[in-house]
Amino acid sequence: MYNKKNARYYHAMLLPGMIFLITFSIIPMFGIVMAFQNFIPAKGIFGSKFVGLAQFQRLFRLPDFWQILQNTLIIALSKIILGTLLAVVFAVLLNECQNVRYKRFIQTAVYLPHFLSWVILAVMFSNIFSYTGIINQLIMAFGGEPTMFMISNTWFRPIIIGTDVWKEFGYNAVIYVAAMTGIDPTLYEAADIDGAGRWKKILHITLPAILPTIILMGTLSIGNVLNAGFDQVFNMYSPLVYRTGDIIDTYVYREGLVNIQYSFATAVGLFKSAISFGLLAMAYKLADKFCGYRIF
Amino acid sequence: MKPTSVPKKKRKLTLSDIMIAAVLLFCGLICLVPILNTVAISFSDRTSAALGRVSFWPVNFTLSSYKAMMEERQFGQSFMISVARVILGGSINMVLSILMAYPLSKSPRMFRSKKFYMWFVVFTMMFNGGLVPTFMVIRQLQLMDTIWALVLPTAVPVFNVILLMNFFKNIPAALEEAAFVDGASPWYILWHIFVPLSKASLATIALFAVVTHWNSFFDGKLYINSLSKLPLQTYIQSLSATLDPTQMATMSPEEIKEKLAMSSLTFNSAKVVVSMVPILIIYPFLQKYFVTGIVVGAVKE
Repeated sequence: MYNKKNARYYHAMLLPGMIFLITFSIIPMFGIVMAFQNFIPAKGIFGSKFVGLAQFQRLFRLPDFWQILQNTLIIALSKIILGTLLAVVFAVLLNECQNVRYKRFIQTAVYLPHFLSWVILAVMFSNIFSYTGIINQLIMAFGGEPTMFMISNTWFRPIIIGTDVWKEFGYNAVIYVAAMTGIDPTLYEAADIDGAGRWKKILHITLPAILPTIILMGTLSIGNVLNAGFDQVFNMYSPLVYRTGDIIDTYVYREGLVNIQYSFATAVGLFKSAISFGLLAMAYKLADKFCGYRIF
Repeated sequence: MKPTSVPKKKRKLTLSDIMIAAVLLFCGLICLVPILNTVAISFSDRTSAALGRVSFWPVNFTLSSYKAMMEERQFGQSFMISVARVILGGSINMVLSILMAYPLSKSPRMFRSKKFYMWFVVFTMMFNGGLVPTFMVIRQLQLMDTIWALVLPTAVPVFNVILLMNFFKNIPAALEEAAFVDGASPWYILWHIFVPLSKASLATIALFAVVTHWNSFFDGKLYINSLSKLPLQTYIQSLSATLDPTQMATMSPEEIKEKLAMSSLTFNSAKVVVSMVPILIIYPFLQKYFVTGIVVGAVKE
């Protein structure tokens, strides 16, 4: 029951966390006014001149920007689609494997990359894809010509997408594996009696059972279509592959903190976070409506 | 994973079983290939590595990269900074997560402002001021070049708070009511009933916090200027100067090719291997707990 004294405790418990959230999440939001200014650090936010939407106009007129937006969307969408597909396939295969110890062993291996940072993985992949790396050794063993993968505009996007799928497919499969443990085993037994083969059982029992989970995860990932993965791209790209690999987040970093164009970078960042916020809100709404999912 | 209630009949291995096992093995191995390759390179001599003779087994086994690493002060120093960061940042994360998750797990009937707080917390998760404004706030607060810049902005791990809140919701309300009747305060109930009952979930979010702090590199790059305070991942990131866009912008493609060939493969690989060790040490525990973590976090009743 409601109790005034208890409520006071609750407020007090929330206070420290709220102070941090206000300081490091809410206060920076006020900095967004810089996006509508020609911000000059010496003059501060209150002294700098307001320029309305000039920063955004400049952004939309920039040919680079459309390229960057396109890169971001292609990379992010490919990651979502391929990542989900492979996670589902992997989960189904794992579910078909009867040997518990074998399963354990495989799971131990596939979950590991998720916990490694992109800093570390970037070093590893630059070893692997380097001119003398094992991929090129393999190509040469089959009589092919070695390629500079990491600085090739043809290969950069596939590498970014592929390595991200590689890192996350195991981890993403966890949720589907969990959904499969909830399937009533008698369904499979009934199918056995009816003479259904493995493929039929997957198609008519396993996949329909995890379909709601797939739809839910797909819906929630709508909020990520502008998140192409800053940590990954930042650690793997170079000026030679800006054309195909530069994404909004890396562009904001370079414009804002390397080229010190505070207002412009804030405007680009705002463009992204406003759209992402809208998409995320929509995703949560859809997930609530169709899957009965609520974050709280 | 729960064992199924119906005992499985021993089936004969069919061709499709073998094919599935083979595909799974392929998935497992492919996840280990980059790691094994890097470990092998780190134990090989420089020339073999540079010429691409190393695949999954060290060529001309040597510990020289590791010896050189031990002699380099920066690596050890950065390693210790990262350890300190994990302990300090992780503790702050845990205390704040516990303190926030408990009141948020109350029903709106018991705590009227719950809805407001919840929306607030979720809003901060969904929207942010962006890179530049956040950077300027941290600079304004004089946190630049201190460890606080690495632990305070991420003091409240919102995802972990929601995870723990969902765990707390599952604790039977009767326990709490009985304690209230005995005159216990919410503070007492949190630390003497909820926390001891949630050891597994606390382990989950503690491990998440450790991994996040250990793996962060970007905040170190933004906020730390002195080498003596540089966390490990930021330091390793700075080594791969061949990939550093600010430096590469001024180079010609030929120069970049040269630089790529010259970079000390073995030395960097050794550093990467050692920086992975803490994650590998906690990995068995992680694996035990994170499954529950994701499942509860993502799909709940």
